[in-house]
Amino acid sequence: MTNAVDTAPTTYAWEIKASGLVVRAGARKVAVDGLDLSLGTGVHGLLGPNGAGKTTLIRALATVLRPAGGALDLLGTAVGGRADQRELRRRIGYLPQEFGYYKRFTVREFVEYMAWLKEMPKRDIPAAVQRAVERVGLADRADDRMKTLSGGMVRRAGIAQAIVNDPTILLFDEPTAGLDPAQRLSFRELLQELGTESCVVVSTHLVEDVAAACTDVVLFADGKLVFQGTPAQLAAAGTSEHVGDSPIERGYTALLNQGRGSW
Amino acid sequence: MTVEHPSERLVSRYARGEVDIPADEVWAVESHLESCAVCRARLADVVEGSTAALVQAVWTDLEPQLTPKARPRWNPLRGLAGWTTPAMVPWLVMTTAVTLVALLFDRFARSPDNEVSVVLLLAPVLPVLGVAVSWAKALDPMHEIVASTPRAGLYLLLRRTVSVLLVVIPTLLFAGSGTSTALWLLPCLAFTTGTLALGGLVGVTRAAAGLIAVWAAVIIAPSVAMAQPSFALHHNGLPVWGALFVLGALVVAVRRGAYADLGAHR
Repeated sequence: MTNAVDTAPTTYAWEIKASGLVVRAGARKVAVDGLDLSLGTGVHGLLGPNGAGKTTLIRALATVLRPAGGALDLLGTAVGGRADQRELRRRIGYLPQEFGYYKRFTVREFVEYMAWLKEMPKRDIPAAVQRAVERVGLADRADDRMKTLSGGMVRRAGIAQAIVNDPTILLFDEPTAGLDPAQRLSFRELLQELGTESCVVVSTHLVEDVAAACTDVVLFADGKLVFQGTPAQLAAAGTSEHVGDSPIERGYTALLNQGRGSW
Repeated sequence: MTVEHPSERLVSRYARGEVDIPADEVWAVESHLESCAVCRARLADVVEGSTAALVQAVWTDLEPQLTPKARPRWNPLRGLAGWTTPAMVPWLVMTTAVTLVALLFDRFARSPDNEVSVVLLLAPVLPVLGVAVSWAKALDPMHEIVASTPRAGLYLLLRRTVSVLLVVIPTLLFAGSGTSTALWLLPCLAFTTGTLALGGLVGVTRAAAGLIAVWAAVIIAPSVAMAQPSFALHHNGLPVWGALFVLGALVVAVRRGAYADLGAHR
C-alpha cells in the first residue's frame, strides 16, 4: 500500500522531538519535568523506576495528555496548540499500560473498530486487520470474543490494534506484561521488524527486553532524562561493584544511583 | 505448438520412484508435469495405494483450513459501534425506563388538581444522562485507547449524542403525546447542546452532573413542592429555550478544537 504520503520526503529531522517538555499527571504532580529528547527511526527502550513518569510521557506522546510547558513536536507537528491533530493521530499507534475493551467484541471486531477510529479508508480495513492479527499470532482466535481470551492474548490483541494503521510513531507502555517467555521472544522480533521503518517507543522496567530488542535506550527518572545511548553504552556505564545480574542491569543501577540512595 | 507427452510406462516408472531413469528424462518429465494438467492426472492414476492414502489423509487435514470460514454471526454491537458504545447501552435502556415510569406516574398516580407533568419536568435532563456516559472515563473501558485516535473529539461526541437523541426523542414523543411537542423538545435540545458546550470546558460528565443538579434544585424541587407547573416549562419560555439551544450550538462550533483533548473526556 504505497501512496504519496509514504514516499513523500519527510519535513522533520526527528519523529519525536521534545524540548523543555513539562507534563502534569493530575492537577498538581509534575511527572515530566523539562525533558529534552530527540528520537528517530528505531526501537527506543524507555527505562526507569516505577513512578519515574514513563506512562505520563507516553500519554503525552500519544496526544492524550496536553503538555503543560515546553515544546513537543511529533512528525514535525507541534502538539498542544490549536492545530488540528487528526492528521498526526492517524500516524500514531498506542498501546496503553492498562487498556479496556468491549467484552462482547471479537478480536477482529475490536481491531476493526480501532481501525475505523483511526480513520483508515474503509476498503483497506479488512486486509489491514487480518494482517495485524496475523502479525501478533492471533489469526486462529480472530473470531473469538475478547472475553474468552487469556491475558497474554488480550495484550496481543492490543498490540494488533496499535499496529493496524502502520503507524510512523508506535508507543507501547509495558507491552510485555502478561506475555509468557515464548510470546516475549516473538514480540521482540516484531519490535525489531517494526523498528526498521517506524519510531517505536517501548516503556518497560524489564532490562532484558531492552538489551534484546532496542537500538537505543532512554533512561528516565523523576521526570528527567538520565541517559540516552545504545544498550552497549548503558552496559559500559556499570562496573562489577554495581548491583545487577547482567552488564545492562549494572549499568542501569550505576546511572540511577548517581546522587541518591539505592531505593 | 505440438507437445510430446511422456509415455504411459515412463510416467508409471516415475510415479514408482524408480532410480534407473536417466536424469535428463526425469527432468523432462518433471518440467512437463508442471505445465500439463492431463499428465498430472495420468500420474495421479498410477500412484500406488499407500501414496494415494497419504495424499487423501493430508487433504482431509488441510481442507478445513483452506476453505474460507463462514463470516461470524453478525454482531449488532459492531454495526452500531460507530454511533454508540456498549458501555452506553445500559444507560440508554435506563433513560427509556425512567421516561416510561414518569409516563405511568402522570397517567395513573397524579391527583387531578396537580398540573405538574413529571414527563415534562424530566424531559430536558433525559438526553443529558446518555451524553454524560458517552465520554465517561470511569464507565467506558476503551476510553484511554480511543482518546488517542483521530476520530476522538467532537466528531465522535456528536455521533454518540445523536444516537442518544435518537433513543430519547422517540420515547418522549410517545410519552409526551397530549402536550405540545415544542414544550419538551426545545428544553431537551437546549440541555443537550448546553452539556456539550460546558463539557468543552470542564468535561462532559461533570457538565452533565452540574446541569442536572441545577435543574433539579431550581425547577424540579419547587414544582413538585408547590404542585405547580414551572415558569420555565411554559409556552412563554420557548423563545428562551430556543436561544439557549442556538447559543450552546454556537459555543460548541467555536470551541470545536478543544474536544480533541482528554479535558473534554473527563
